[in-house]
Amino acid sequence: MTRLGLIALLSHWRRNPWQLLTLIAGLALATALWCGVQAINAEARASYDKAADVLASGAFNAMRKADGSAFSTQDYVALRRMGWQVSPVIEGTIERNDHVVQLVGIEPMTLPQSLLERETAGTEAARGNGTLLQARALFVHPDDAAAFTEENVTLHLNAQRPVGTALGDIATVQGLLRKPDEITRLIVDTVQPMGLPPIPETYRIESGAGQTDVARLTRSFHLNLTAFGLLSFAVGIFIVYGAVGLAFEQRRGVFRTLRALGMPVRRLMVLLALELGVFSLIAGGLGVALGYLIAAALLPDVAATLRGLYGAEITGQLQLRPAWWLSGLGMAFAGTGIAAAAALIKLARLPLLSFNHPRAMSMHALASGRWMAAVACLLFVSGFAFALWGEGLFAGFALLACLLVGAAFCLPALLALALQAAGRISRGALAEWFWADSRQQLPGLSMALMALLLAMAANIGVSTMVSSFRLTFTGYLDQRLSSELYLRLDTADQAEIVTSDLVTRGVTVLPIISEEIRIAGLPAEIYGVRDHATYRENWPILAAVPDVWDQLAADRGALINEQLARRNDLGPGDALPTGDPVLGVYSDYGNAAGQVVISEAEFARRYPQKRAVRFGLRADDPEAVAQYLRATYGLQGDALIDQAQLKAFSLSVFERTFSVTAALNLLTLSVAGLAILISLLTLATLRLPQLAPVWALGLTRRHLALLELLRALCLAAITGLFAVPLGLMLAWVLLAVVNVEAFGWRLPMFLFPAEYLQLGILTLCAALLAALWPAIRLARTPPDRLLRVFSNER
Amino acid sequence: MVLNIQHLSKRYDTGAEPVEVLTDVSFELDGTETLALEGESGSGKSTLLHLVGGLDRASGGLIEVDGIDITSLPDGRTAQLRRDTVGLIFQQFNLIPSLTVQSNIAFHARLAGRHDPDWAQYLATRIGLQDHLQKYPEAISGGQQQRVAIARALAARPKLLLADEPTGNLDEATADTVLGLMLESAAEAGTAILMVTHSPRQAARMQRRLTLSRGRVQRAGVAVAAS
Repeated sequence: MTRLGLIALLSHWRRNPWQLLTLIAGLALATALWCGVQAINAEARASYDKAADVLASGAFNAMRKADGSAFSTQDYVALRRMGWQVSPVIEGTIERNDHVVQLVGIEPMTLPQSLLERETAGTEAARGNGTLLQARALFVHPDDAAAFTEENVTLHLNAQRPVGTALGDIATVQGLLRKPDEITRLIVDTVQPMGLPPIPETYRIESGAGQTDVARLTRSFHLNLTAFGLLSFAVGIFIVYGAVGLAFEQRRGVFRTLRALGMPVRRLMVLLALELGVFSLIAGGLGVALGYLIAAALLPDVAATLRGLYGAEITGQLQLRPAWWLSGLGMAFAGTGIAAAAALIKLARLPLLSFNHPRAMSMHALASGRWMAAVACLLFVSGFAFALWGEGLFAGFALLACLLVGAAFCLPALLALALQAAGRISRGALAEWFWADSRQQLPGLSMALMALLLAMAANIGVSTMVSSFRLTFTGYLDQRLSSELYLRLDTADQAEIVTSDLVTRGVTVLPIISEEIRIAGLPAEIYGVRDHATYRENWPILAAVPDVWDQLAADRGALINEQLARRNDLGPGDALPTGDPVLGVYSDYGNAAGQVVISEAEFARRYPQKRAVRFGLRADDPEAVAQYLRATYGLQGDALIDQAQLKAFSLSVFERTFSVTAALNLLTLSVAGLAILISLLTLATLRLPQLAPVWALGLTRRHLALLELLRALCLAAITGLFAVPLGLMLAWVLLAVVNVEAFGWRLPMFLFPAEYLQLGILTLCAALLAALWPAIRLARTPPDRLLRVFSNER
Repeated sequence: MVLNIQHLSKRYDTGAEPVEVLTDVSFELDGTETLALEGESGSGKSTLLHLVGGLDRASGGLIEVDGIDITSLPDGRTAQLRRDTVGLIFQQFNLIPSLTVQSNIAFHARLAGRHDPDWAQYLATRIGLQDHLQKYPEAISGGQQQRVAIARALAARPKLLLADEPTGNLDEATADTVLGLMLESAAEAGTAILMVTHSPRQAARMQRRLTLSRGRVQRAGVAVAAS
């Protein structure tokens, strides 16, 4: 009985291969986009974990200075003399030959033994600490060796090391970082002597169990990616829901017959679940494979984004990690389950004598339309609640989800109203039929149109966000990069010689000097700026106390960037955790970390050992100055960059930052286009009984095919019109809520009608392409197929 | 003469051997004549109707509708013929489900550019649909749907009405009523009727009868109207 039942059920798919393709393709694409994003996230997380493993000190607490500044050797020695079993660590990054490497320096003699063993496993040092103690020894991944070709170090290549990291003795690393007396943090051994004196008040001990800095900073970015993956998945699931629902309605007769022949309803449900389970497995497998390809294609751009924004290094090699492919398969099963739940519940309640309705699709739509409208109302109310009372990134995404899904659920009703209105103002029998028939097609196309609505809204929303960002960012670069030339020298002594020379030649030299600090547990940078008109006139200040530059010059506080202000809820007049009053907040795009700006004099007082090696140069004839510097001091490569080059570089980093979301957008739109194609192909066979009478009454097949094309264009165009306000709402939420949480900055929103028009044309082209094949098939339908509709002996 | 068929043949090349559906069929239909086309299932009745309506192409012979040879007309011209000269009624009604009864009735006439609202209204009232004009086809009974199909076909005042078992889906009493209405309305419109039927009772109500057997005209004669 089971076998026969299964054969009867599966025969439906044999007779409706396009419907089967809809189901498999929808699920495979949904899984693929989700899997692709998860694969990227998994790879990035693995890279962060590896990077954190540069010094796997998670089991140990760390001691830091409360103001975020570095320890000196004297501080360390004092603690050791007090009896504290601590070991010094220096951390920092160097950039050489286009390689950014995170350096960690340790002190092997005082480092807890378990940590030392773990760090040196698989290396020559495993045979003893001797190698680490060797003068200028450095353990690096072979890929990073190029960064150290000009350094006086002995490289020990180890492929097991995370890419982008290097480990060495503290003295060696201090030398490389040019921080001879600096200690970033102290590792506190788990075993400490009894009766220790307390640590100084300006020190604090952090739990080692927390996440790494980079993982915390990038969490929002990955959440962003996950949200887009989920949106793409939702688009695919709409298609699956449509296909499963339609198949259920079409098979009502089979269910009734099977039950009438003695098959228990429970067995029937198990068979349906089994059938869908097999489809999920096939589609999930396909989706995972596709997802791998998508992730492999996008990973280099994501890596560039993470490097550009957060300084996080991830490897460009994608691995087949169980975490993401299992989650992909799980999502395929869950998605099918969600899409099929309604159909299975209906089957359980289906009366034995339920008839097979000839207008299955309309009936299905009518029934689902009611609960969809109810759910949409509920979602809008929830979204409103999230907007009013929600906080943080979760509330932002929840608001987005409510808005998008609610709007998608409202779409069939809105389309029906629009088509009804068009029908009312239309003149002529054909026009009247066209609009009425379009309304009749809505149930079969609504899922695909919902997918199109979501895809278009996502496109409008994200493109508005990116374009607003681009416009703001370009203006911001003009303000922020106001010096004509940027000079970078190797040593402070060399810098002094060159800058003195330049000053005598009438060039204004503005030192760019900074130091890494920690604020509220996260890394930040503190800058010392000279009091100069360049900053007073151009600095992109968002909010400030009166006479902010005079106050800064008088050492009465600090300026902070927007992300630091938002993350710590600070504004002018507040005090930083370091004790500095906040004088103003400035915009600082393309960077997720916090920044503090103090006066040059104050900076020199706080960091007397720090000397500037980078400078902005203001000159009337920058070309002549550049030529002079190159000729006189032999400056090459990135030692001297003009403003245009730097802007171009910044903009290229920016463009890559959003290339992933743009790619996901395009993929989502493609899925929606495919959904329309598959829906139209599925409908094509069901449409013949509706089209044949019109053909018989005097329309040619070609004419009907052209009307079918026009119908697809009209439906896509109306959907597009609804997508514009939805997309703009999406853009607002992205700019005002999600971006602020994810990156720490808020951008003004601009509108780009030309871009929306372009997207509209693209969508119409996609709809036209999707409708073309079914239309050509209709135009070529042999008359005898149409005649079968009227045949008495059917 | 509204219809002139001479030596008509239709062959389907479906497999190894072509299937001859109609062979050497000839007959004529004048002015407002009514003709019943009879025969067992598969005898070629519906095929003949489709050929006359320009829905299918003949393999040989001549079909003249209102003086025009339609056997070699292009697709667009046969479509025009269906709009302008011919009215069609099918057993399955084949109404347009997305349009109201009123729009369905007017549809063909409006396509042909000959919509006369008064005549359409008269027809609707004549065949008892005046209370159902704003309903959709799914909301009315099978008999009522067939009345809509008849009104639709006659609203355009076609010269020739082709009806393929128009009462085949109806019970006997309803079928009698519907056929009576069709015949009366066609007479008022000045329309000739070619009707396929399995029912000798319905065939007897037509002026002439023609029986097909295995694609050939077996018997032709004058019907004796049922009392």
